[in-house]
Amino acid sequence: MNDSRFATRSELIGILVLAALLVVVLPLCLDVFRLNLVAKYLTYAFVALGLVICWGYGGILSLGQGVFFGLGGYCMAMFLKLEASSVENTKIQSTPGIPDFMDWNQITALPFFWKPFHSLTFTIAAVILVPGIFALIIGAAMFKRRVGGTYFAIITQAVAAILTILIVGQQGYTGGINGMTDLRTLKGWDIRPDHAKIVLYFFEVGLLFACIFIAQFVRHSKLGRILVAMRDQEDRVRFSGYSVANFKIFAFCIAAVFAAIGGAMFALNVGFMSPSFVGIVPSIEMVIYTAVGGRLSILGAVYGTILVNFAKTSLSESFPELWLFGLGGLFIAVVLAFPNGLAGIWGDYIQPRISKLIGARKPKSGWTDNSVADGAPAE
Amino acid sequence: MFGDYSIGDLGSIFVMQGFAGLILFSVYVLMALGLAIIFGQMGVINMAHGEFMILGAYVTWMTSSFFQSYLPSLFSGYFFLAMILAFFASGALGMLVEWVLIRHLYKRPLDTLLATWGLSLMLQQAYRSIFGAREVGVELPQWMLGSLHVTDSIEVPINGVFVMGLTVLITIAVAYIMYKSRWGRQVRAVVQNRIMAGAVGINTAKVDRYTFALGCGIAGVAGSAFTMIGSTGPTSGQLYIVDTFLVVVFGGAASLLGTIASAFSISQTQSTLEFFTSGSMAKVMTLLAVVGILMLRPQGLFALKVRK
Repeated sequence: MNDSRFATRSELIGILVLAALLVVVLPLCLDVFRLNLVAKYLTYAFVALGLVICWGYGGILSLGQGVFFGLGGYCMAMFLKLEASSVENTKIQSTPGIPDFMDWNQITALPFFWKPFHSLTFTIAAVILVPGIFALIIGAAMFKRRVGGTYFAIITQAVAAILTILIVGQQGYTGGINGMTDLRTLKGWDIRPDHAKIVLYFFEVGLLFACIFIAQFVRHSKLGRILVAMRDQEDRVRFSGYSVANFKIFAFCIAAVFAAIGGAMFALNVGFMSPSFVGIVPSIEMVIYTAVGGRLSILGAVYGTILVNFAKTSLSESFPELWLFGLGGLFIAVVLAFPNGLAGIWGDYIQPRISKLIGARKPKSGWTDNSVADGAPAE
Repeated sequence: MFGDYSIGDLGSIFVMQGFAGLILFSVYVLMALGLAIIFGQMGVINMAHGEFMILGAYVTWMTSSFFQSYLPSLFSGYFFLAMILAFFASGALGMLVEWVLIRHLYKRPLDTLLATWGLSLMLQQAYRSIFGAREVGVELPQWMLGSLHVTDSIEVPINGVFVMGLTVLITIAVAYIMYKSRWGRQVRAVVQNRIMAGAVGINTAKVDRYTFALGCGIAGVAGSAFTMIGSTGPTSGQLYIVDTFLVVVFGGAASLLGTIASAFSISQTQSTLEFFTSGSMAKVMTLLAVVGILMLRPQGLFALKVRK
């Protein structure tokens, strides 16, 4: 029964430590402004989690995760924008009741694809389904034809470029380069004051743990081990009778849905959504978070995201020139010297020492997942 | 859409748009040539390729300023020296990068992508610190200004013609190096079967280094040509990198002919569409078409069979 075990003991400890940090320590130590920043960082952690499954385990590097982050975020932002553009709020416009940027662009009626976003149920479904189905289409088209590796990375990048150009170009329908700003309420509940930010933070942490549990489940199931086998020896898995394409599509879709949840939370927490979170640069940055945290580590992705973003905020505030050097150098160093990122450093150097100190039985850590088979120890 | 134009006007429009497309084509070909060598032959995804191009552009800009202040009498010919300097500057940087970074990553092609992305961030910041965030433009020599009058309604700018001529020359040179010279044969041998190439006495590590340097050097020349038709900023390279990768992939990664054919079709589609819709929609439609065709034909237009 070890096969489907959900987490090893050390992984469970790791999850509890992260939970304690996010639920107890950070809310107690930080003021609301900083906590909201953490909430913003954590929205990227969803993307990083998806990348761990898709890239770390599945070996599929997608440079277009910003697309799914953006799709999720825009779905949510469209709902919030419609609610903020009620007839009373927009009576100074020439056409009241439509979002302000449409009015500025001489659009006089709500476009058809905006109409369903009056409903919150539809919006939540869209946040999951639109990116999911989009990923399914891209994945099916690519993986069924055995396109993979670098080609897949380049094509996802092109998709990110296309979506950005489209959003920026169709200003009347999407808000253009400024994006959708001035989002106010969710079903009449104001999302801007401090107490709302705190509620949203805890809601987001809850969702993040739900995603961590899903990722853990995938990793420890047979599915996860087939993904890893596929990454390492694709042909052998195919010869064994598995449909490699379907597993890849699944990994890509789950990464897309995680990214979309992150995007929707971004729109709620930060209060706007713009194309600068969709394109190539943010997509690659999200890969950086995963690489720094450790592409094989579910929890490492979360830590990596928080740390890189924290460094970005503090460094770019005080040394704007140094920041890009730092980020670029960090990235080169991680790729060259520490391909398993922070989690690799933890698993190789720190955890063994701690284990020795407290005299634990197992010297090797569980949650860094350097060894593929540690989900199923032979007992 | 055609209502307001006579047949003659339409003809002129197509010629002029076609010519605008040809300039875009030249930039794509020059950038894609270097990338086709690096990505197609070596399998390295060089995300910093745009920054190598911009280095060439900055070298050209510095040369032109130098000539302007110290050798104004020779100013009309500065471009040829600038191009050579750009080639060697970018090539030398490329050789250094290969030695420090790329050679450790040949077995992990996806990681070259990440590492060179880090490199491109650092180079961008370096350009911004050294040359400033503002875009710089070179002063063109007198003979390059103005335009040729082909007929009454058709005019083509001379600098565009010059860049196109340059593109043709560089393409021929690259084709000669890759397909006729001894060194080119070695490069292709390493691509087709690295182990056997090593076994017959080719120094594969050295071939790799010079191949990478050649690709970067051509990017530098591309940057040099780029100054003829646009201004240069620290992040200008970023604008073209995705398009260039698409050009290379669309053409079939290891095929020089494919690269040229795909650069031609992509640039002509884009500039013709640009006349009928907005610039951004033209770009979206072109990219969508390319991605769509790649989904149907992943190996690109011209595929080369390679033993893995």
